[in-house]
Amino acid sequence: MEIRSKEFKERSVFAIHDASLQQALGKARGGFVGKRAQQAAELPEFEQLREEAKNTKNEILANLDHYLERYEQAVVAAGGHVHWARDAEEARNIILDICKRVDAKTITKGKSMVSEEIGLNEALIEHGMEVVETDLGEYIIQLAHEPPSHIIAPAVHKTKDQVSDLFEAAHGGPRKTEVADLVNEARQVLRDKYFRADVGITGGNFLVAETGSSIIVTNEGNGDLTQTLAKVHIVTSGIERVVPTLDDATLFLRLLARSATGQETETYTTISTGPRHADDLDGPQEYHVVLVDNGRSKMLGGRFRDMLRCIRCGACMNHCPVYGAVGGHAYGWVYPGPMGSVLTPLIKGLDAAYDLPNACTLNGRCASVCPVKIPLPDLLRELRHMQHQQDITPVMQKRALNLWRFAATRPKLYHALEQVAARVLSGISRKGRIRRLPLASAWTDSRDLPAPAGRTFLELWQGKRGQK
Amino acid sequence: MNARVNAREAILNSVRSALKRGPLDDTQRAALDARIPQHTRPAQDEDLVARFMRKFESRAGTVERVTGFDAVPAAVEAYRLGKGLPARAAVGAALKDLPWPADFEMNHGAAGIAEILSVSPAIAGIAETGSLMLAAGPGSPTTHNFVPDDHVVVLEASRIVGHFEEAWTILRARAEGMPRATNIISGPSRTADVEQTIQLGAHGPRRVHVILVG
Repeated sequence: MEIRSKEFKERSVFAIHDASLQQALGKARGGFVGKRAQQAAELPEFEQLREEAKNTKNEILANLDHYLERYEQAVVAAGGHVHWARDAEEARNIILDICKRVDAKTITKGKSMVSEEIGLNEALIEHGMEVVETDLGEYIIQLAHEPPSHIIAPAVHKTKDQVSDLFEAAHGGPRKTEVADLVNEARQVLRDKYFRADVGITGGNFLVAETGSSIIVTNEGNGDLTQTLAKVHIVTSGIERVVPTLDDATLFLRLLARSATGQETETYTTISTGPRHADDLDGPQEYHVVLVDNGRSKMLGGRFRDMLRCIRCGACMNHCPVYGAVGGHAYGWVYPGPMGSVLTPLIKGLDAAYDLPNACTLNGRCASVCPVKIPLPDLLRELRHMQHQQDITPVMQKRALNLWRFAATRPKLYHALEQVAARVLSGISRKGRIRRLPLASAWTDSRDLPAPAGRTFLELWQGKRGQK
Repeated sequence: MNARVNAREAILNSVRSALKRGPLDDTQRAALDARIPQHTRPAQDEDLVARFMRKFESRAGTVERVTGFDAVPAAVEAYRLGKGLPARAAVGAALKDLPWPADFEMNHGAAGIAEILSVSPAIAGIAETGSLMLAAGPGSPTTHNFVPDDHVVVLEASRIVGHFEEAWTILRARAEGMPRATNIISGPSRTADVEQTIQLGAHGPRRVHVILVG
């Protein structure tokens, strides 16, 4: 998928004025946050599990090559195939080759963010194959020809009315308006696809080195129908998703659903190990795993290794005020919100996503809920630093920062300027608010600036001390 | 083929260079392989069966208890009649020797698109979250777990364990090795993809009913 992160500002403005989007975001906001908080409160060990998860992931990453090799051995022992892809193109070609070899006409897909990352659907469709997303949210946005706007709730930006319209256009009506009827209509349409599918593609939440298994978690059961009924099952997964044992996967599973949707557990946790056995009565005849690097091994080497702990729960975006205001599409690529603002520049290049690390208020809510304790604000600040060092910060911003530095390193000058600013801003304010301010219209166009008290903090402080 | 081999080596080398070391030696590998994870297991102070039932029912699953396996067919029959379903089901062959009524038509093979009721054996229950563990095999095809609208699962009460880790021990102990698919099922299929409204029966079963034996 084409990256449009450079248009972040334009897309954000558009998003803020999109009434349907704001309605949909408003409905989502409270739900995820409240349910997660409740789950965390109901599990006394929750904070301890977060700490263990962080440490365990760090141990795995420090020995990633070993666990990948062990995992590969176990997959092969179970009769499966492992493919390694350095980048998106290599991953697409591996999957295309498998699909062409089995003469695939219909391909069903469970939710997979890696498949979005590598632009898989477009490639398959270009080669004349029918690709059907089966997760209800993914199905909705496929009909809308849109990318996901959230990593676990891809259609969170759509209202029920919009879904009604999309289904009526795609399925021929009559138009359904109740959620139950909409879900049922998708169920009937997709049933037929599962049974016709030649290839089923799913993601992999965890890859287990001990058994050579891939694990997916879903609520709908779509991933299971996808992988059980197709002749060939292909798993797409990042290389960082490997865990040593089933017990280690359990540690993360205890955090994943609680952090993601605020559930104690998802409805389905499925452990898939190789293709169907000789005496099995169903299941795929071939089982393939495509291990995707696409920039991950490079991340392992530097300041961004922490990011590879990510288990893709979406808690960071659910708690992000910026995401909550503009939604996922403004971010312009596959991964939105705080985790996306770190991953996008690292995978697609610093200059391809300049605004994303800067569109963060450093409020820290994402880090405080991350189940594997990724210091997202620190990583975003580090990216800003790198932007500055690599000279891709816009000229005006650089000049402004240099001016500020000039003043800030000269305390007397700084205090004098502050005193002037405090008096001027106070003077032009009405009832403690400033409605319009030259050079700061980006702020004052959409909200008032609270006016300063007229005197600086230091002046007030010294005044108080004088009173004593 | 060469490109593929190269990709594997390139990725592993890239990982090692990021970690600033070469391949691990045999001693280091053996130490990693011998590692036994000791993660915190959430505390439980409840009877396993009571907790399993409470948790499973909290997610719109239903549970009934019978005294022995001989009572399972009657329980299935009552469930079927209660839902107004025809006298036919996909039944895992592991359950075929139960005293089924003569007119009950059973499919022990994979479930086709028209199958609306299934009866499956669970190899474990997990009290921690109130979840069922089913293992794919000739006695329990995976399609039975996902295709029909109504899924009845037979679980021996003595197979309920406290935590997931104990369920994995059961998997590891199987003579036939890991099943192709291990399904942990915690209730009926659901979705909240339309305006966060929870709706049951998204793609998998609309109802999951547990017959707890013993």
